[in-house]
Amino acid sequence: MAKSPEEEHPQKAFGWAAKDSSGLLSPFHFSRRETGDGDVTIKILYCGICHSDLHNVKNEWGFTMYPVVPGHEIVGTVTKTGKNVKKFKVGDRVGVGVLVDSCKRCESCQQDLENYCPQMVLTYNSYSQDGTKTFGGYSDIVVVDEHYVLRFPENLPPDAGAPLLCAGITVYSPMKYYGMTEPGKHLGVAGLGGLGHVAVKIGKAFGLKVTVISTSPKKEDEAINRLGADSFLVSSDPAKMKAAINTLDYIIDTVSAVHPLAPLISLLKLNGKLITVGLPEKPLELPIFPLVLGRKLVGGSDVGGIKETQEMLDFCAEHGIASDIELIKMGDINMAMERLAKSDVKYRFVIDVANSLSQ
Amino acid sequence: MAKSPEIEHPSKAFGWAARDTSGLLSPFNFSRRATGEKDVTFKVLFCGVCHSDLHMVKNEWGSSIYPLIPGHEIVGVVTEVGSKVQKFKVGDKVGVGCMVGACHSCDNCDNNLENYCPKMILTYGAKYYDGTITYGGYSDTMVSDEHFVVRIPDNLPLDASAPLLCAGITVYSPLRFYGLDRPGMHVGVVGLGGLGHVAVKFAKAMGVKVTVISTSPNKKKEALEHLGADSFLVSKDQDQMQAAQGTMDGIIDTVSAQHPLLPLIGLLKTQGKLVMVGAPEKPLELPVFPLLMGRKLLGGSCFGGMKETQEMIDFAAKHNITADIEVIPIDYVNTAMERLLKADVRHRFVIDIGNTLKSSN
Repeated sequence: MAKSPEEEHPQKAFGWAAKDSSGLLSPFHFSRRETGDGDVTIKILYCGICHSDLHNVKNEWGFTMYPVVPGHEIVGTVTKTGKNVKKFKVGDRVGVGVLVDSCKRCESCQQDLENYCPQMVLTYNSYSQDGTKTFGGYSDIVVVDEHYVLRFPENLPPDAGAPLLCAGITVYSPMKYYGMTEPGKHLGVAGLGGLGHVAVKIGKAFGLKVTVISTSPKKEDEAINRLGADSFLVSSDPAKMKAAINTLDYIIDTVSAVHPLAPLISLLKLNGKLITVGLPEKPLELPIFPLVLGRKLVGGSDVGGIKETQEMLDFCAEHGIASDIELIKMGDINMAMERLAKSDVKYRFVIDVANSLSQ
Repeated sequence: MAKSPEIEHPSKAFGWAARDTSGLLSPFNFSRRATGEKDVTFKVLFCGVCHSDLHMVKNEWGSSIYPLIPGHEIVGVVTEVGSKVQKFKVGDKVGVGCMVGACHSCDNCDNNLENYCPKMILTYGAKYYDGTITYGGYSDTMVSDEHFVVRIPDNLPLDASAPLLCAGITVYSPLRFYGLDRPGMHVGVVGLGGLGHVAVKFAKAMGVKVTVISTSPNKKKEALEHLGADSFLVSKDQDQMQAAQGTMDGIIDTVSAQHPLLPLIGLLKTQGKLVMVGAPEKPLELPVFPLLMGRKLLGGSCFGGMKETQEMIDFAAKHNITADIEVIPIDYVNTAMERLLKADVRHRFVIDIGNTLKSSN
């Protein structure tokens, strides 16, 4: 008979979990595995709230296994290391992102693309190799194989830097892979939320001209004056969209709601690339003619491998890029989720775990 | 007042044109411009029947101008060249494909991508620089700027090479551009028609393993034994499709009817590429999760530039690649269109213009 979450492992742990598809989170006692030879145990300081956490607690994608402890934008301090651990020592500041294990043998793993390994283990709501379920960063400690732990740069703020572990890598990886980093080229960022605002910052750091494409006109001032975007396009304004036809070399589409792709595709120049990183529940309508006539492409991307995630963190540290956040206490998590559902946050909530998670 | 087609240009010409959206073609007297200093004039010997011709004669894309002479897979023999023509002389075997003009000054033209030039002029049904409408290859003569003419090497039979001018370049260009041309790769070809069968031949010549994906089980024998495909998947057979999940580096999708993308995306390996060269009229459903989970992409491609079209013809000549055709007389063309609509052809009709198109004048 399966053991309860509290008993299945030897290290006591405490966090907040959702128990059903209402998505409401509440205190939850569980346990973490013993620090194995290759493992690092981390005291969690901060954890970002990703929109995926909201999708998961409400089972919007249909594969949530309750109880679920979300959180895959984790920053903390190493408290224990296994005897074979080489990269970290006690006291190091570290990060954990979206995955905590993979097979290490397949082509993807061999190419530092653990995020595309068919046996990738997600930080939460996934099955570990020992058959137990993984629990995420809305909790006090986590135990992770050192290979999947990131060194968190000293000059990155641990609270504002936490969202980089998912949002940051999610936009950085496709920008590199699809060749969207040529200085002077024109990048469109669709959606100005957790992912979008980081895409603007990273795009500017690559020397790109950046246009934010959004349904909300009131985000324009922020986009231009605070985030540094070069221009702002209201996607629901047909005249403005028409005037911008054929002006963008690339678009990062961060929107996770179902939305029309045709207007975005029309903004692209010849050979333009629309990269989608948001995960709508339903399929999107894709017009084929414009892709054929303009040799355009639509591609997907899903976070990034560990090596690239480290590269991204170092890049952000070098360029002074962190997320714009609203720090909250663990007890306010349900309120934050409600506000997130209405996109009422600039632009990521981050849970001050160490200072507010009490049993 | 616009002159009638018969007198707007000095050289008499004769062809078959569609007059209205019924799409029925019938004899049509018109005229071609005099051979300009950069022009090549040639006697048309053969012209392939492309499915685009069928869409256009019936105005299915909403852009047709009647009377419409279709045909953009045109081959023949040069009869006259302008004083500044350098690449061709009388007697040369030549071809013209999908376009006859472009701006020659934009980035795309500079990069040998005239097919993507915003001012590109189609071989038929489009407005030429002089304001007159272009007429295609279901006719006895063609006049084209030499830039848009390709040489047909001697070892290629003229009739069976005509379809390369559209079908050939349409599949050759994306195989190269999307990097699906490296020996050892595994590429799927969806649809075994005019485009699909040529795609199989090109891909095999590039050293690529080819799987044909089709709704028709009865095309299997031909695909494997005649075209040289390595395997064949019946797209409606769930078990076969499941077994082939994650096995292809790329897929060339030639199907222009509405069809589901999800099963095709599933056939791709991680980082695989689905390339659309058929253009369904209505949008298709794009499942986003599988695209993301495997960092896959879906791209389009639209025939090719002139440099690449010549390269494709030379590649075909080197590897003895031609289309599989059914040669027809011009007065069979309406029946051919009906059969084409039912995909009842292996795999391209080619009109024997030289021998069967005769003006009654």
